[in-house]
Amino acid sequence: MTSTIPAVTPKPTRPSDLQDERLLNRSGVRGVIAGFIDRVRSGDLGVLPVVIGLVVIWTVMQLLNRGFLSAANLVNLLMESSATGIIALGIVGVLLVAQIDLSVGSVSGLSSAILGILFVTSGVNVWIAVILAMLTGTLIGFVYGQIFNRLGVPSFVITLAGLLSFLGLQLFVLKGQGTINLPFDSPLVWFAQLAFVPAWLSYVFVLLAAGTFFAVGFAKARSRKAAGLSTAPLQLIGIQSVTLAVGLGIVTWYLNVARGIGWMFMLFVALVLVMHYMLTRTKWGRSVYAVGGNVEAARRAGINVRWVYTSVFMACSTLAAVGGILAASRLAAVSQSSGGGDVNLNAIAAAVIGGTSLFGGRGTAFAALLGIIVIMSISSGLTLLNLDSSFRFMVTGLVLLLAVALDSVSRRSRTSHGRA
Amino acid sequence: MSQVITEPQGVRTNILSLRGVSKNFGAVAALTDIHLDVAAGEVVAIVGDNGAGKSTLVKILSGVHLPDAGTITFEDKDVTIPDPTSALDLGIATVFQDLALCDNLNVIDNLFLGRELRPHRLDEVAMETRSWELLRQLSAKIPSVRVPIASLSGGQRQTVAIARSLLGNPKVIILDEPTAALGVAQTAEVLNLVERLRERGLGVIMISHNMADVQAVADRVVVLRLGRNNGEFNVGEVTPEEMIAAITGATDNAVTRRTANIDLRARAELSGDPALNSAASDSASQGSATNEGTRS
Repeated sequence: MTSTIPAVTPKPTRPSDLQDERLLNRSGVRGVIAGFIDRVRSGDLGVLPVVIGLVVIWTVMQLLNRGFLSAANLVNLLMESSATGIIALGIVGVLLVAQIDLSVGSVSGLSSAILGILFVTSGVNVWIAVILAMLTGTLIGFVYGQIFNRLGVPSFVITLAGLLSFLGLQLFVLKGQGTINLPFDSPLVWFAQLAFVPAWLSYVFVLLAAGTFFAVGFAKARSRKAAGLSTAPLQLIGIQSVTLAVGLGIVTWYLNVARGIGWMFMLFVALVLVMHYMLTRTKWGRSVYAVGGNVEAARRAGINVRWVYTSVFMACSTLAAVGGILAASRLAAVSQSSGGGDVNLNAIAAAVIGGTSLFGGRGTAFAALLGIIVIMSISSGLTLLNLDSSFRFMVTGLVLLLAVALDSVSRRSRTSHGRA
Repeated sequence: MSQVITEPQGVRTNILSLRGVSKNFGAVAALTDIHLDVAAGEVVAIVGDNGAGKSTLVKILSGVHLPDAGTITFEDKDVTIPDPTSALDLGIATVFQDLALCDNLNVIDNLFLGRELRPHRLDEVAMETRSWELLRQLSAKIPSVRVPIASLSGGQRQTVAIARSLLGNPKVIILDEPTAALGVAQTAEVLNLVERLRERGLGVIMISHNMADVQAVADRVVVLRLGRNNGEFNVGEVTPEEMIAAITGATDNAVTRRTANIDLRARAELSGDPALNSAASDSASQGSATNEGTRS
């Protein structure tokens, strides 16, 4: 690009992205902390509310019942979180494009019913049955996407119709079957109930996580420096990595006091990390945020908006099917009530409580992880207190309302502070 | 309707030419037989009243609508522009009036939206470096590229939108009312920007309602009226009154009538003659009636 305009002469003392005199000159670890406080004040809360909420809930539950924070209960809590958490992960994607999927519960129930019929009743190979059940979810998402794109029916209505239809289909598929028990020696039940990460391997994972975090941060800092841009201070990356290693190490040690970390929970975490990468580091992820922020702008930027919607619906329904398969495996049974009850609302509430905005364009994959732990903590704590589901629904409902209210208030604050 | 199509002068070569372009929406002829030429390093202003077809023309050039008839020639080749991507691929970039930026994304993300480097592992460093290069070339005053668009002022957003359109190295850039929502200083900034685009050898099509802006930066003015060409002027040789006459279609129009009415009233007040006063209001109501007649 040739230009007759003289380029601004870069001052060698400051990185090329920090040359504007209006920028507050902040550097080092202290600058990062000051920046964080600024962000929170202006309403860009990130995961802060959910972390505070989790601390409050855990404190209250522990005060009410000494057994709540026991290693055994926490191990169980994580296992219980996995299936619904995976469903919530799909919901995060759909919420990011400012749509909703109300049918994830029915889709998960239908996929578990298909799994049960194929695997147990018809004797199909277990992996083929799993793949077919998952593909059912993918197909449902594809159909949602087509109806949404071509007919322009609001996703709220499409998926509400889906909720009813697929519940009906599930009942039809299971007609006259009652409850199908999955055999205890099948790999599915083993995976969902008995498979735990060996203690030594869990620490290897911790070191791997911290090491990867440091390596990525270091590589980013180096390439930014080479390009003359500002970098995060190296000691900050070091401190963060060490904190991560110590924090995860303590959690892992505590969980290893009991049975340890289930492979099913590891699968959930792995899916969250994959989703996080997809959303933040790929073109597709940018398109998702863009469509959620301003769909017309995304269309004019040449983004295939239809494909973004379809892909998000497909991912959501597929993850719902996976969640259904895991939930059935954990119960070792498929019945007409699989995927019913509170699965739907828990999954949606988890995504929202975790900090995904209902207005679209804001949220991260970690919302599903944090949100489902909040919901399952409430559920587990109230169960330990021998309170029945009536209380669980009321408390979860209030927490959901609180989370959405916080989202709306912080959105207003963000607007007034120009952070949208 | 008079059509004045200036022949290319000297060695000027047109990058973009429209011949006989028409577009109907149902029974409404939004554009009829439109001619337009844009050369490299030339700023062409398109002016016209509301409903004159300016936006439709922009949408045809940016690939939002397909024309029903007519040819579009880009760099001596006949082309069709079926969608926004193919307009960008040809080298026609459009900055829409509403800017089409995503408030929740930062400046870098918006600049590279739909054209990210390394789709499967975004090259954020390269994109940030390139963003700064681009913004500095435009002498843009944006303190940080890592802030969401929501925190920028109107002029800064306009700059980001124009910078984004430059990213694909376009040959023609279309600005739809670039100064409509801006203050005095920011308008001047954007007009400077338009001149910089011209210096870089781009063909610039600027849609505007503001005669002062048009006279400040445009080389040529193309007037549309009710979906047709209604005159073409070189900016140095035209008065605002002539432009207004072409925009409104006649020397008898709302603007001249208003001026005339003010004269009549002034005279009526001077002479104290009520007949003249009522004549003024009569002609005003009649004028608006005929005006509506021609519109429908």
